[in-house]
Amino acid sequence: MATRRTDRLAAWGGALLVALAVGACGKANPPITRPTPPPPPSSTPGSGNGAANSGARPAAPPEPLAEAVIVPPEPVTSDDISSASLDDLNRTSPLKPVFFALDSSDISPEAQAILDQSAATLKRYPAWSVTIEGHCDERGSAEYNLALGERRALAARAYLVSLGLAADRLRTVSYGKEFPFDPGHEEGAFSKNRRAHFVITAK
Amino acid sequence: MLPVLLMAGAMALAVVAMPRVVAQQPQTQPPEISTTISGDANGAPPRFAVPDFIALSTDAETVEAARTIGRVLFDDLNFEHEFALIPRDIYASIPVGASVSDVPFERWNEINADGVIVGTVQKTDTGIKVEARLYNVRSRQSAFGREYTGAVANRRLFAHQIADEIHQQQRALRGVARTKLTFNSDRDGERMTGTVENRGVKEIYIADYDGENQRRVTTQRSLNITPTWSPDGRSIAYTSYRRGPPNIFISNLYQGTLEELTKGPTQSVTPVWSPDGTRVAFSSTRDGNGNFEIYVANRDGSNVRRITNHPSADITPTWAPSGTQIAFTSDRTGTPQLYVVGADGLGLRQITRESYADRPTWSPAPYNEIAFAARSGPGFDIRILELASGQVRQLTFGEGTNESPAFAPNGRHLAFMSTRAGRAQIFSVARDGRDLKQLTRSGNNGQPDWSK
Repeated sequence: MATRRTDRLAAWGGALLVALAVGACGKANPPITRPTPPPPPSSTPGSGNGAANSGARPAAPPEPLAEAVIVPPEPVTSDDISSASLDDLNRTSPLKPVFFALDSSDISPEAQAILDQSAATLKRYPAWSVTIEGHCDERGSAEYNLALGERRALAARAYLVSLGLAADRLRTVSYGKEFPFDPGHEEGAFSKNRRAHFVITAK
Repeated sequence: MLPVLLMAGAMALAVVAMPRVVAQQPQTQPPEISTTISGDANGAPPRFAVPDFIALSTDAETVEAARTIGRVLFDDLNFEHEFALIPRDIYASIPVGASVSDVPFERWNEINADGVIVGTVQKTDTGIKVEARLYNVRSRQSAFGREYTGAVANRRLFAHQIADEIHQQQRALRGVARTKLTFNSDRDGERMTGTVENRGVKEIYIADYDGENQRRVTTQRSLNITPTWSPDGRSIAYTSYRRGPPNIFISNLYQGTLEELTKGPTQSVTPVWSPDGTRVAFSSTRDGNGNFEIYVANRDGSNVRRITNHPSADITPTWAPSGTQIAFTSDRTGTPQLYVVGADGLGLRQITRESYADRPTWSPAPYNEIAFAARSGPGFDIRILELASGQVRQLTFGEGTNESPAFAPNGRHLAFMSTRAGRAQIFSVARDGRDLKQLTRSGNNGQPDWSK
């Protein structure tokens, strides 16, 4: 817990340094790092005036440092997620499984909505690594289902990557039809078994 | 370099005792005229009688061995349909003699037996000595005679060896009585550790060709699937998830050692040995884009070569008996179909146009066929494609789902998984669809492979 908090502070510290560096270079590239909104002008009246007056003197003012630390508190408040163990986290996973049609690895609109939420969660917790498991129902054959499960895992991964998540945080593994979620033999069970299941492997 | 892990403790492989029966020619072989026993003039198979063997020692173990060897030999000879086995109750009243030379030929002649197998079992200092003799009932001559010594615990193996030798000598047929099956099973009901969902393990098992002597090979408490025999019958390659992503492991049964053919975070599955045992074909995502392709590696994991290159999934390869071609499943047309490609990656062609085809298994010579699982209605049935004519025939007909066919090494039978009896079980069936036999009954069992 203590180490996690330290990490987070370090991350913000780093983000601030980036923000300052960007400021120092004038209007360079837009910052890539997410939680680094430029300090609101109201909070930095002195530096704004100084820059306008002296032209090429963008000396980084120390005041916004203290201000910016308080800015992104949103993820921190939901602390039951960030403080949970990996097992507890996976048991009540904030990353919901997505389901597929028979023989298909297409991401449905319903699956997209679920993956949109998962992407938001993963952006809030950039340290998480995830294994995407591809699963099939028993109506496919055992050997080809290994391929189909991988297709499903890859489809979910590709969609998350298209939302801006780093591909190297998302491993895939196919279990074919070896681990049905519901052992039943009717469509009710089958539809639960054709899934991409998300396991958080590091945080 | 492929590391060889000497297994210890809970990770140890079950070391399988090498079964051994020593055969020797008896010193006094009666004179032989013709050793081949034929049936009637119309070409019907010769009618054989196989009574219980004669116990020359009176201890219970020897008596039991004599009974078992006779009965197993009957089943072994019946399996290939080269001989017409006369039902045993018909000759239950014919007295067995006191030795292999004391044969009531007129009684065997009465029931129209062309051949009768007379055998003895005698206790020795180290085990048992078994003598078996096949007599031509009409000529009253010995057509086959052998003596065997070995451990009494292997009594079924005596029968298997006698059956294989009689098939070879009488019919020039390579019998399969000493071959084995390997398959995966969840029968132990063990649970995987380290997962949130409740997941059962599958371990690799072996059994005699008739389903006897079922034994566990892996003890990894993980998901272990798609086992295949090395051609020498001493090793099994399989897919294991023991380290997370699936990789290919090789268990050396008689050394109790384990090798890792593939390693690392990518996935490698469905291994199969080349006919000469020097290489292993498998499917892998090792080139990083997550797409399964077919690869061939040397037996020690070196010299990995990519055979297919397509954005679709290519999986579950099988070698032609010549070792020059590989068939596999690919969904490059949108549905899984079977393809053949040269072992050098050239000459790709599609060979099925089913609604869904998977798990090709190339037959041994002289047949040139590929058995596979084809979707037919809600489940799968086993079909066999004859490559020369393109004709497809069907072995199962909608009873449960039927998957993962594997040919016996002489091509005359297949093993496969079926749910017709409820759970997934291993069955064997003759290549013409006759003689269906359930071989497993405990837990779920799947993906059989027949030793060479």
